Amino acid sequence: MRNYEVTFIVDPTLSNDEIKSTAKTYVDQISAGAKIVHNNEIGLRQLAYGIKNRNTGIYTCVEFEVANGAIIDELELAMRRDERILRFLSVKLDKYGVKYNDDKRAGKIGTIVRKKKPVEEDRGRDKRRNNKRRPSNNKGGAKPQAKPAAEKTAGN
Amino acid sequence: MASRDDIKFLSNPKIGSKRNKYCRFRKFGIKYIDYKDTAFLEQFVNDQGKILPRRITGNSLKYQRRVSTAIKRARHLALLPYVTDLLK
Repeated sequence: MRNYEVTFIVDPTLSNDEIKSTAKTYVDQISAGAKIVHNNEIGLRQLAYGIKNRNTGIYTCVEFEVANGAIIDELELAMRRDERILRFLSVKLDKYGVKYNDDKRAGKIGTIVRKKKPVEEDRGRDKRRNNKRRPSNNKGGAKPQAKPAAEKTAGN
Repeated sequence: MASRDDIKFLSNPKIGSKRNKYCRFRKFGIKYIDYKDTAFLEQFVNDQGKILPRRITGNSLKYQRRVSTAIKRARHLALLPYVTDLLK
């Protein structure tokens, strides 16, 4: 039994019904030939770069289990032909991937919490003549905190 | 003979000693790197979105390659940018 994971992005400019039906057709196509382990509808998300002049997309991730991999070819072909799908990616999961996904759903895997550094203000001297120094905007004396990921070094 | 406490150094005698680098995947037994977890992958990427080299991150070759493929998959799915400024 092989485990696969397919993630695809649906065009967000379609109507709600169309988006749902698009996602549904592929989920149904998968479930016709395979056993779906989990259907994760991540929903609307900002894209890191524009795709087809759109800046957001509807992400869906389906994990399924099947005996042989012929279904992947048909699925990818259908997605390639469909104009409502912006991107897709199908991945074969090894046993560690399957275990990771199970643990993630069970809540055993934590997420990284990043503390945002408050922006330090530049209170440099105003060197122009006849200019009064503006009063400082110190909000309650908040000090910038160090980021928790201490292993990060400057890799620029 | 001056005792140990009396000797003053101009700079910290500890500098120049090796910082212990280790592969965090080997050490903590992490076997799978999820391409959808951008918060995790951003640790291995610099502020221009480029993948950091192994000598900076300390990863072993096996896991550096996995990290690379995960980042490239994330880039394909627009979860991470290919090129940018001020990512962090």
